Amino acid sequence: MLRTYFEKELEKLKIDMTRMGALVEEAMGQMLIALKNQDIQIAERIISGDDEVDFMEKKIEKQCLVLLARQQPLAVDLRAISAALKIITELERIGDHAADIAEITMKMAGVKYMKPLVDIPIMIGLTVVMVNRAIDAYVRQDVELALNVCASDREVNELYLKVLLELINTMKRDSQTIDQAMNLVFIAKYLEKMGDHATNIAEWVIYNVTGVHNSGKKVFAQ
Amino acid sequence: MKKTKLSEKLIYLAIYLSAALSLTAMLAIIGYIVFKGAPIVDWTFLTSPYKGAEHGIYPMIVTTLYMIVVSLAVSAPIGICSAIYLNEYAKAGKLVRIIRFATDSLSGIPSIIYGLFGYMFFVTALQLKMSILSGSLTLAIMVLPLVIRTTEEALKTVPMAYREGSLALGASKISTIFRIVLPSAAQGIITAIILSTGRIVGETAAVYLTAGMVTRVPGGIMESGRTLAVHLYVLAKEGISFEQAYASATVLLVIIAVLNILAVRLASGIRKRMLGN
Amino acid sequence: MQTCFVKPIITVNNLDLFYGTHQALKNVSLPVTVNEVAALIGPSGCGKSTFLKTINRMNDLVAGVTIRGQVLFHEQDIYCSSCDVVELRKRVGMVFQKPNPFPMSIFDNVAYGPRVHGTKKKAELERIVESSLRKAALWDEVKDRLKNNALGLSGGQQQRLCIARVLAVEPEVILMDEPTSALDPLSTLKIEDLTQELKEQYTIVIVTHNMQQAGRISDKTVFFLNGEIVEAGDTESIFNKPADKRTEDYITGRFG
Repeated sequence: MLRTYFEKELEKLKIDMTRMGALVEEAMGQMLIALKNQDIQIAERIISGDDEVDFMEKKIEKQCLVLLARQQPLAVDLRAISAALKIITELERIGDHAADIAEITMKMAGVKYMKPLVDIPIMIGLTVVMVNRAIDAYVRQDVELALNVCASDREVNELYLKVLLELINTMKRDSQTIDQAMNLVFIAKYLEKMGDHATNIAEWVIYNVTGVHNSGKKVFAQ
Repeated sequence: MKKTKLSEKLIYLAIYLSAALSLTAMLAIIGYIVFKGAPIVDWTFLTSPYKGAEHGIYPMIVTTLYMIVVSLAVSAPIGICSAIYLNEYAKAGKLVRIIRFATDSLSGIPSIIYGLFGYMFFVTALQLKMSILSGSLTLAIMVLPLVIRTTEEALKTVPMAYREGSLALGASKISTIFRIVLPSAAQGIITAIILSTGRIVGETAAVYLTAGMVTRVPGGIMESGRTLAVHLYVLAKEGISFEQAYASATVLLVIIAVLNILAVRLASGIRKRMLGN
Repeated sequence: MQTCFVKPIITVNNLDLFYGTHQALKNVSLPVTVNEVAALIGPSGCGKSTFLKTINRMNDLVAGVTIRGQVLFHEQDIYCSSCDVVELRKRVGMVFQKPNPFPMSIFDNVAYGPRVHGTKKKAELERIVESSLRKAALWDEVKDRLKNNALGLSGGQQQRLCIARVLAVEPEVILMDEPTSALDPLSTLKIEDLTQELKEQYTIVIVTHNMQQAGRISDKTVFFLNGEIVEAGDTESIFNKPADKRTEDYITGRFG
């Protein structure tokens, strides 16, 4: 087979992408625990762990650019590398949002929750699964799985609206709850965006396999 | 290491000596002839007839020139066109092989046989009598294989790429041959002519059987005459005058040299005009 | 954007070509649209150059070639018995892999075609030569030495001269058989730029071994394999996601 060197480089790329995905998934898992238990130490670890995610993004980005310049990839190789470039951006943002949520967790740490968190943990669960599946879809080049992720985003969005409404009503009833409620609103918003990013990853996976990138946004009338 | 150096030196010496030998032989022959003959060559010698007391070679010069012109006039067009056919048109096959075999065989036949054939066919059968025409036609047949072969080689040196380029521009095959192939092969074709001229001028047996040995200035190609080469032969064979033989030989050499120089000039002139600056 | 359906300038229908008993082209069909650059790609010996030469009947020069099928130029079969090959080759010009300027001056090279086709007036020839050399982006480099021998030009210049030579007979289609494979990268790029300019007036069909070149200059790409067309489509699709795996393997260099 030809281009063995190039094949090896593509393999390395895949391995690094998988590692970055694993880091992000771990951060999200830890985020859930930190939030539930209001654990400052775990939160701190998440925040410092984000450095490694950022590092991976830079590393993979460099790898991709070098491959583009030196190997002149076409067709499936080109799609794989350009998809990788886009996916690492999305992953990095997910990592950032996890760190943001960890920060807010630390801010809220002193005060007990008004009521037990129900929907937010569900949202976290959903988004973790979405990210997990999106990365899986990339590794296995699985279009079905990717479409599944895109479909799941609706549920996350609906949950977000539910949480938002609930928190707004809570704030309207009792102005003492505003501090905590606002923080929870931010957390919910970050989670909703993480869902969006996971969906974007899935869309790029579909592009990688089929050559068609459907961002699902409205088409502007020409 | 030393041993190989020695053998290399020896080989170099052998090659050098061979070249020196060839050069020396040529210079010796030419030198001896010119040395012996030049003193006799003067204006009178060149312009007087060969009659009675006068021993000029003017008639022989005229006859020789006639022969060259007529032979070339016959053999060059036929030879060049044949070469064009063989190289540009003929498809490799039985016919081509037969033609090649024929031309190759022709070049191996001794000139006396050409002389006999010329006598039988041109002089007797076609009733051309002993004449410059008979002689020229005989010589033309003799040099034909040479012209064909040399022209073919010249045509072969023209790259296919030129022909393809020309045809791809919408030129016909004939156009391509006349505008590109022949001009490019001009030098080679001129070489063919030079080689033929050499052969024509040097022939004796084929000539005196067909063109005769009369020493008068021929009035036209239907008359017979004696060429320089034949004259030389007669002078030497009959022991008439070796001095005159050397002188005639000197003139012959000069004619050949002049013709060669003219031909080379012509070839390079054609080349310059075609190539541009 | 297709506003109306334009009939292709060249249509090949079910073309088979045999060198003796060996079949070099199998059932090849292809339309070529006017003013497009169509690139023919494929591994060595797959038939792309052979196919190119059927379009201007240069295959006629090869002994033992038989052809079945149709090659239509402006909807006329060019292999009909009464067809004028000379006229065809005037309208369908060809540039070869190795530049082949004639051993004459630059001027005479470009003027060769028009002279062969009957143009005699000096002023007319000069006009044609200048215009062709300008179109071939060579005029500025040679305008002061038109009488010089063409063989003194560099490889890239010689090739542009050959292009000018073709342009001088005012063809409609220009066939290029790996025109830059013998040239240095800079000359290659100059000629690639030239194809982009020329395609506004002419239709270009180019055989190339260089994938990136096909990607850079062509509107349509045709992938040949073992004498057949595996896939033909617009270059963007072929280079982004070809329909056939063999095409993908070839352009990604997984087999050569």
